[in-house]
Amino acid sequence: MNFDMNLDTGTIFGVAGMIVFGIGLFGALSVSDSLRRVLALKLCGVGASFILIVAAWRGPAMPADPVPHALVITGIVVMVSATAVALALIRRIHSLENGRDV
Amino acid sequence: MILIDSLAALAILAGAGFFMAGTIGLLRFPDTFCRLHALTKADGLGLALICLGAALLAGSAGEIVRLVLIWLFVVLSAATCAHLVARHARADAAAARNTAVTKETRP
Amino acid sequence: MIDALVLFDLVLALAIIGIAAGVLILRDAFAMIVCFVIFGLLSALAWVRLAAPDVALAEAAIGTGVTGALLLKTLAHLRGRTLSPPLRVKGGLVVNAALCALVTLAGIGVFLATPIGGAGLEGLVAQNLAASGVAHPVTAVLLNFRAFDTLMEVVVLLVAVVAVWSMERGIARAPAPVMGEVYAGFARLVLPAAVIVGAYLLWIGAIAPGGAFQGGAVLAAVGLMLLITRAYTPLPAHRGAARIVFVIGTALFAAVALFVAQGGRATFEYPAAHAKSLILIIEAVVTISIAATLAALFHGREPVAVSVRETRA
Repeated sequence: MNFDMNLDTGTIFGVAGMIVFGIGLFGALSVSDSLRRVLALKLCGVGASFILIVAAWRGPAMPADPVPHALVITGIVVMVSATAVALALIRRIHSLENGRDV
Repeated sequence: MILIDSLAALAILAGAGFFMAGTIGLLRFPDTFCRLHALTKADGLGLALICLGAALLAGSAGEIVRLVLIWLFVVLSAATCAHLVARHARADAAAARNTAVTKETRP
Repeated sequence: MIDALVLFDLVLALAIIGIAAGVLILRDAFAMIVCFVIFGLLSALAWVRLAAPDVALAEAAIGTGVTGALLLKTLAHLRGRTLSPPLRVKGGLVVNAALCALVTLAGIGVFLATPIGGAGLEGLVAQNLAASGVAHPVTAVLLNFRAFDTLMEVVVLLVAVVAVWSMERGIARAPAPVMGEVYAGFARLVLPAAVIVGAYLLWIGAIAPGGAFQGGAVLAAVGLMLLITRAYTPLPAHRGAARIVFVIGTALFAAVALFVAQGGRATFEYPAAHAKSLILIIEAVVTISIAATLAALFHGREPVAVSVRETRA
């Protein structure tokens, strides 16, 4: 394997995105609190977005590939929908557990 | 041109300094109200200086107008947020005092 | 000597990783959410450095702004519940950490071994940009080249609001926060400006970073402020209109896509002469749908008629 280790913006944020994904994965597997687990899954999502955006990056002077950008924008909107549903589930479960459901 | 560039750099540096001061205040001051004081004052001025520096470097009148609008709305929302946080902190403190009083009077 | 901007990137990346860890480590739930919001904003900043201003705008407005509002609203519902300490050191935890570290390291290895800067689709997009009707490549991809994805994305939003309305039906209403006069004055000043910003983002999307989703998120913020200041209270009588607004974006998008598919053209193949106006019409209506849907996701429960049991509770 040939590790090309020149330190540019893409490499830095690509590695950072991988680490954020790992942190999110660990949280999603290990955390018992539901709200925190949703946030951990969102960290995973943002980490994956980092990789896509780095893949679209063509250096500081060149315009980036717009297709992954459009994919990530789609992903952000889908993510907010999924989060809203997950949070509504959490609220409902909490309300059922506390007997405040009507 | 060099004069304008260095003036802009100076303004942006000074703005960053004010941001730094506000952040140190946020971390070091003892209670919510002191922290808000440091944060809102220093950051408002810091942002004004950075916007001034950016406006000196701006290419067109439209960009300057946009920078001024950004500064205006950030300052407005910062002031409102500070007010809301302070109100909440005061209500919390009052609630804590009330529960303490009821605990004392009703053993 | 490292370039000053690369140094900035390095510090920013470290801050992003640290804040992401903070989301898991911080004990207080409010601090956890604040941490997540800061994480989103710093990520948006990083994406500006990676020449992705559209994505940064969407992340800041939707991934951070609207999501943060949703999280804080949920926290207000759960108030009174003390969070369990986030992580307890157990045997299973160590195994989890080791496995996740392994996955992360493998991912980093694959990432570093992958040649960067291979030819992507930007050449194809640039070649066909003139035929798309808009001058901004990301908008061209979203609304023309891959418009089917975008249509499905609006459908996902629609499904989310249906799910939230159905699930929240049984939840007792949480007491709404009282925001005070200063906030009401702020809202009066800022709301008209926010409407203009939303429309501007939508319009500028044809030639520069911006577009339906970013504009929709700003207009959703207008909706959130209207809901929070009680300037607008959803009533049972408004349900019909709300449903129409939720659906109209999807409906018009699909109708245009099918309508242009005649005279030898495929679905979504806008006639070149009308492409720009068709895209702008779709974007305008979709923006309104997105804004209403996001605000409804924040409001949560469907505005149903108050039942007897509810008034007693």
